[in-house]
Amino acid sequence: MPKDTGIGASPKRREDVRFLTGDGNYTDDINVHGQAYVHFLRSDVAHGRITSIDTAEAGAMPGVVRVFTGKDFEGVGSIPCGWQVTGRDGKPMQEPAHPVLAQGKVRHVGDPIAAVVADTPAQARDAAEAIMVDIEDLPAVVDMKAAVADGATKVHDDLENNLCYDWGFVEDNRDAVDKAIKDAAHVTTLELVNNRLVANPMEPRVAVGVWEKGTDNYTLYTTSQNPHVIRLLMGAFVLGIPEHKLRVVAPDVGGGFGTKIFHYAEEAFCTFAAKACRRPVKWTASRSEAFMSDAHGRDHVTKIELALDADHNFTAVRTETYANMGAYLSTFAPSVPTWLHGTLMAGNYRTPLIYVNVKAVFTNTVPVDAYRGAGRPEATFQLERVIDKAARELGVDPIELRRKNFITEFPYATPVAVEYDTGDYPATMDKLSEIADLSGFDARRKESEAKGKWRGLGVNCYIEACGIAPSNLVGQLGARAGLYESATVRVNATGGITVMTGSHSHGQGHETSFPQVIAEMIGIDESMVEIVHGDTANTPMGMGTYGSRSIAVGGSAMVRAAEKVVNKAKKIAAHLLEASDSDIELKEGKFSVAGTDKSVAWGDVTLAAYVPHNYPLEDIEPGLEETAFYDPANFTYPSGAYACEVEVDPETGQVTIERFAAADDFGNVINPMIVSGQVHGGIAQGVGQALLENCSYDSEGQLLSASYMDYAMPRAADLPMFTVDHSCQTPCTHNPLGVKGCGEAGAIGSPPSVVNAVIDALHSGGCKIDHIDMPLTPSRVWAAMTGAAAAGHGTAEGRSVGGEV
Amino acid sequence: MASVTMNVNGKPVTGEIEGRTLLVEFLRNGLSLTGTHVGCDTSQCGACLVHVDGEAVKACTMFAAEAEGAEVTTIEGVSNPDGSLNTIQQAFQDYHGLQCGFCTPGMVMSAAALLKDNPSPSEQEIREYLQGNICRCTGYHNIVKAIMAASGQDVSRIAAE
Ligand code: FES
Ligand code: FES
Repeated sequence: MPKDTGIGASPKRREDVRFLTGDGNYTDDINVHGQAYVHFLRSDVAHGRITSIDTAEAGAMPGVVRVFTGKDFEGVGSIPCGWQVTGRDGKPMQEPAHPVLAQGKVRHVGDPIAAVVADTPAQARDAAEAIMVDIEDLPAVVDMKAAVADGATKVHDDLENNLCYDWGFVEDNRDAVDKAIKDAAHVTTLELVNNRLVANPMEPRVAVGVWEKGTDNYTLYTTSQNPHVIRLLMGAFVLGIPEHKLRVVAPDVGGGFGTKIFHYAEEAFCTFAAKACRRPVKWTASRSEAFMSDAHGRDHVTKIELALDADHNFTAVRTETYANMGAYLSTFAPSVPTWLHGTLMAGNYRTPLIYVNVKAVFTNTVPVDAYRGAGRPEATFQLERVIDKAARELGVDPIELRRKNFITEFPYATPVAVEYDTGDYPATMDKLSEIADLSGFDARRKESEAKGKWRGLGVNCYIEACGIAPSNLVGQLGARAGLYESATVRVNATGGITVMTGSHSHGQGHETSFPQVIAEMIGIDESMVEIVHGDTANTPMGMGTYGSRSIAVGGSAMVRAAEKVVNKAKKIAAHLLEASDSDIELKEGKFSVAGTDKSVAWGDVTLAAYVPHNYPLEDIEPGLEETAFYDPANFTYPSGAYACEVEVDPETGQVTIERFAAADDFGNVINPMIVSGQVHGGIAQGVGQALLENCSYDSEGQLLSASYMDYAMPRAADLPMFTVDHSCQTPCTHNPLGVKGCGEAGAIGSPPSVVNAVIDALHSGGCKIDHIDMPLTPSRVWAAMTGAAAAGHGTAEGRSVGGEV
Repeated sequence: MASVTMNVNGKPVTGEIEGRTLLVEFLRNGLSLTGTHVGCDTSQCGACLVHVDGEAVKACTMFAAEAEGAEVTTIEGVSNPDGSLNTIQQAFQDYHGLQCGFCTPGMVMSAAALLKDNPSPSEQEIREYLQGNICRCTGYHNIVKAIMAASGQDVSRIAAE
């Protein structure tokens, strides 16, 4: 019988009511009395030297409050990068300055040059058009391999070259890996592109900066996944505002997917300009602006080699990746192709030797940073594609080849520096086989063939590292932040509870799922628990939501704080019941003395805490409120197996997804309904990457896909119903809830199965094609089908972003 | 500046607008009806969808002046008279048809327009009808399921949750 309350139940989401009635409070819904509006004048060339800016005419236009250029920000700090990667040569990465408004040069289409603050958005826009800017064009650096060739134009004149870092992992394994590949019975090699994507939360970014003359205090309302991180980065590094004078509020946020983690220039601008103009300043991105200013995702070009022995055991993996950083280093950009990617190259398999080389490259494109999965989809895609190719080359079943190499004993220390605590990969594969009805595939293929369609089946596994992350470990790896989470559990006199969490909900449903945990712990109704998040003024210092960390890290902090509350409440109850605290039990909202029928209700104890007339004041303080900071002992390792069935139309190359199934192991699950929803959304984004989405630049660095006319977002008709299951549960061993996190799995696990399925379909139709780069649009599939020999190898160019939209 | 008068959610309203003021700008900024959202600038996403004289209209594609004298219904005007969720809204909550909620007002208004014309749409008909509404969070699975449920169809055979 499914539970209807507490952990494991699926109560309806309480936040839905306000979203369904138009009563949500998103950042663009916030208007501050007297506010002015900013419009940014952005570069329309990829690379150039600014020779002059004339703002005189713009400044005199109706409604204009002030026009800002880079000059106004000379005394202001650079937008900081939060992670320093060290290269193979032992030197830190090259780290360029990132000004709020361009200083001397523009480095990508969309780079802000000037900003007009005016009484209305239309006046600001009109005046921005009247700014005269002269730019001397410079050659655009777009292709990553050309960018690091000798003599290439430099994106940053003051850096040595366009190579941010050349990272090797694990450097000590390099020779052994080379030797294992040389000695292998079989080596499968694949060159591929992980296409550049734009996260595209449906709510564009917004910032409202407010400054109060009377107190010199600032408030920034912003569309962020982590308001405390923005407060720290912007306050301490950019504007020099002490944290206690700066409040950052991220109210209802309309999706994030990673791209709202980072600190952006527009946030610093609005906060700075609020004081400079003595008026609140608001910015709302248009979607076109979002395409050229939100950090992009992925954009890797990779060569992977998988070595196998004569019995088809994996003996070594070697990869070489070019990772696009774009024109500047976004907040967590350097960590994505390195620590979030290299450490996952073992996947679900016992491969004893692994070497990962990553060259991070500056180009004249929008900065690239974490997007749903961040590094882990790139790792999974390479590995699961090369395994499929190996199976085909060896003439063995791709599922059996995977099973043969599965890690089966835990804990398992991989050769890439992480230790998986739990997992059961055969179990998720068995579950997948059942829910995807793999045994019925042959019959379905025949039906498709009877209709003139080629049907393919693609399967893959994935592992991810979530619950980011032990602070001391990430500190050693170059993070300039801790990655704990915080919670305050405030019990009110009448027994209701307010939880202030550092986690941020922008679609994940924390307002519903977090109370389920508290209700279970105390035995009270979920409606007695309220979640507060997203405001630095009333939550403890928190690191926010990304990397599937909310329940694993934020939930754990909440549990720890609640445990402290319960311990104190037991002392109060013991006093009221004239018993010893060690005899007190809390069950179903009642404290009782073990082995007796003496009890006192939760509400009586909470009231005593705040009206301490009959209270052990000599031993404990009044009140019932506790805070905990939880720093995880390890990452968590969700895993799973996915299956996709496609039909390919041999007449057109059109791919349709006929069936999609996902069997995940997320450890314990708090709210199965929400977890399934997270998987659905992740799969849609993964299918989008595999079949539709491509952020495309031409060789001049012009962004070709800058609106929904050109960037193909998955729509309802592109997707089937999904079959998802998370009944395989190996609980995490090191956090109090045994949870692993589920937010990114769908996006990580789905692209390889889609591509594997299409390749399988093409083979069934007689097209012996090894690989097609994502997105598998009809024109790409058609080109591969009709020129099969050419498409079979070497499709990975130095840039993943060129050409076809 | 000119003045415009229309009925919004059954109430007559008058406001000052420029010729270029879009209906969505008038609703959000002029009337503080911020449930209607703006997700794009090319009329692709449907976050701004409202009903004008009973027809589904993307409020970013219409000037406020063009709605002179019209009956406009926004998400704020569709709940039951007692304030409870209407059948479609309730189905979205029951079947988890929303996550961040940003596309949701447009989805609900779109679903209402669909069900008016086609009281019992098939899964495929719903997917095709939603062509102009983008959701980045849900993968559409639960939106489609919610709309089928709202139309009284049995959705128990569709994969759980
Ligand atoms: S805002 Fe109207 S369709 Fe996107
Ligand atoms: S619920 Fe977030 S865009 Fe649809």
